[in-house]
Amino acid sequence: MSRLAVSNLSASLGGNPVLKDIAISVSPGEFVGLIGPNGAGKSTLLRACLGLIPSSGEILLGGTDLRRMAPAELALHIAYVAQDRDIAWPITVEVLVDLGRQPHRGAFARSAIADHEAVEAALQRMDIGKLRSRRATDLSGGEKARVLIARALAQQADLLLADEPVAGLDPAHQIALMQVFRDLTRQGTSVVASMHDLGLAARWCDRLVLLESGRIVADGAPAELLTADLLRRVYGIEAYVADVAGGLIVQPTRLAQTGIEQGISRDSTA
Amino acid sequence: MMTETARYCLLIVVLAIVVATLFVLSLTVGPADVGPWQGLAGLFAADDSLIGLVMREIRLPRAILGLMIGATLGLSGAALQGYLRNPLAEPGLIGVSASASLGAVIAIYTGLSALMPLALPLMALGGALCAVLVVRLMAGADARPLSVILAGVAVSTFAGAMTSLALNLSPNPFAALEIMFWMLGSLADRSMTHVWLAAPFMVFGWLMLASLGRALDALTLGHETAASMGVDMKRVQRLAVIGTAASVGAATAVAGAIGFVGLVVPHLLRPLVGARPSRLLFASALGGAALLLAADILVRVVAPGRDLKLGVLTAVVGAPFFLVIVMRARRQIA
Repeated sequence: MSRLAVSNLSASLGGNPVLKDIAISVSPGEFVGLIGPNGAGKSTLLRACLGLIPSSGEILLGGTDLRRMAPAELALHIAYVAQDRDIAWPITVEVLVDLGRQPHRGAFARSAIADHEAVEAALQRMDIGKLRSRRATDLSGGEKARVLIARALAQQADLLLADEPVAGLDPAHQIALMQVFRDLTRQGTSVVASMHDLGLAARWCDRLVLLESGRIVADGAPAELLTADLLRRVYGIEAYVADVAGGLIVQPTRLAQTGIEQGISRDSTA
Repeated sequence: MMTETARYCLLIVVLAIVVATLFVLSLTVGPADVGPWQGLAGLFAADDSLIGLVMREIRLPRAILGLMIGATLGLSGAALQGYLRNPLAEPGLIGVSASASLGAVIAIYTGLSALMPLALPLMALGGALCAVLVVRLMAGADARPLSVILAGVAVSTFAGAMTSLALNLSPNPFAALEIMFWMLGSLADRSMTHVWLAAPFMVFGWLMLASLGRALDALTLGHETAASMGVDMKRVQRLAVIGTAASVGAATAVAGAIGFVGLVVPHLLRPLVGARPSRLLFASALGGAALLLAADILVRVVAPGRDLKLGVLTAVVGAPFFLVIVMRARRQIA
C-alpha cells in the first residue's frame, strides 16, 4: 500500500485555483522530488498533504483519510520542513531539535531515552552537534536550515515532506542532505522534497513530479522525465542533459528563445 | 540541558520567595497605624479588634488582588507573546482591557455604580465578554494569529472611542473625574467581595493559559510547522483568547487598566528561562505578581495619603524600563 495517495486534489488560495486535479502516490522508502517553476503549486501541494490548507479530493495516508485524523495523530506519521525559517525566540539548537519529539510525548512527560537518542541521531545526521548550545536565532541561514531539518528528523515520522530543504545550503551540505534523505529511504521512510536544483534532483531522487500552473505535467524516473525538450517547454531554459557513468547530469545553460523569455534575453543583451 | 532545567527550578524558587516576601510586606503597609508584627498577629486573631478588621477587610484583599492581578498580567502577557510570536504583544492587545474599561465607565456614567457598587465590576466583566465574542467572531474563520491581532485592535479602538464619548458627554464633572480615576488603575479600597468576584474568572483563565505551554513551544517555529507537529491551532486560539479575556477581564473589572506589567515581565524573564515559551508562562506569572505587589507597596510608601494610582506608577516606571530593554536588545542584534 502506498504511504501517501492523493487523487482528484484541488485547492484554491484567495479565490485562485492553485492545484488542479492532482493525483500522486508515494511508496514506502521512495524519494520523490517535486519540481516546477515558481508558483507552480509545489509548496501548496505539500501544505495540502498536511491538511494545512482546505482542499477537495482524496488524501490517504497509509490508507486512512487524512482529514479524519486528529492533528496529534497526523504528527506521528508526517514530519514537515517548512520553507519559512523564521524562529521566534532565541532557544538553543538542542531544545529546538527536541521539539520534534513533542508528538511522541505526553503533555507532562519527561524526555525518555528514545527521545534523547532521536535528538542525538538528528544532530549527528545534520552535522550540527557542535552547534547544540548555540541560540538558534544567532545561526546563519544555512545552519538554521539544517537545524530545522534536524527537528523534523527527530520526529521520526514515516513520511517527510520538505519544502525546498536545499535552499541556502553550501554544496557539501547539499550533497550531505541528499545522502541523509537516501539513508532515510533505505530505512523505509518516504521523502517528498520540493527543489529547484535540477542537477541534485536528477542525481538523487527516485522519481520526479513536475508541476506547472497547479497541474502535474510529468511524473517518472529522472532519466525519463528530464529531457532538454521538456525543460525548454516548462521552464523556458536550454539545458545540458547527459547520462554519464555516475548518473544523470542536468545543467541549465541559458534561457530558451521563446515567449517571455525571448524578451528577457533581449533585454540582457541590449 | 540538565543545567538549564536546574537553573529554571532555581529561578522559580527565587521568584516564589520574592512573591511571598512582598505579599507579607504588602500586608504591613498602609495608612492605619499598625505595627508589622501586631498586624500579622491581628490577621490570625479570632477577635473583632480594629487591627484584625483593618488587616482582614482592607489589607488582605488588597494584597491578594495584587498577587492575583500581577500573576494574571504576567501570565497572559507571556501567553499572548508566545501565541502571536511577537515580543510586543501584551494583554491589552486583544481588546479585553479596553472593553472591560468601557463596561466600567458605562456603570459610572449611568450612575449604576453609585446605586450598587458591584455593578461596576459586573459591567466590566460584561464588557470583556463582549470583546471575546467579537474577537472570536472576527478571527474565528481561520486559525491565523494575525487575524486575532487585527480583531483586537478594532475592538480596542472602538471601546476607546466609546469611553471617550462617555467622558465627552459626562453629565457632571464628578462623574468624569471618577471615570478618569478609575481608568488609571488602583488596588485601594477593594474588599474581599472583589476577590471572590474576580477569583473564579482568573483561575479559569489561568488554567486555560497554563495548558498552552507545549503549543507555544511548537509555535516558536511558526504556525504551519506547529500545526504539522500536532498542535490544533483552532484550539490554541480559543484557549489564548478566552483565557486572556477571562483573567484580564476580571483583573480590569476590579482594578482598572494596569499597563506595562504584561509587556515588561515576559521580556525581563525570557533570557532567564532559555527563551522557552512554556517555561516563561509560570515564571512570568510569579514575576508579574512580584512586580505588581512591589508597585502597590511603592504607591503607599512614596506618596502616603496622596492616592497615587497604581496604573500610573507601573507606566511611569515601566516605560523607561522598557526603553532600556529595547535598546539593550538592539545592541545585541547590531
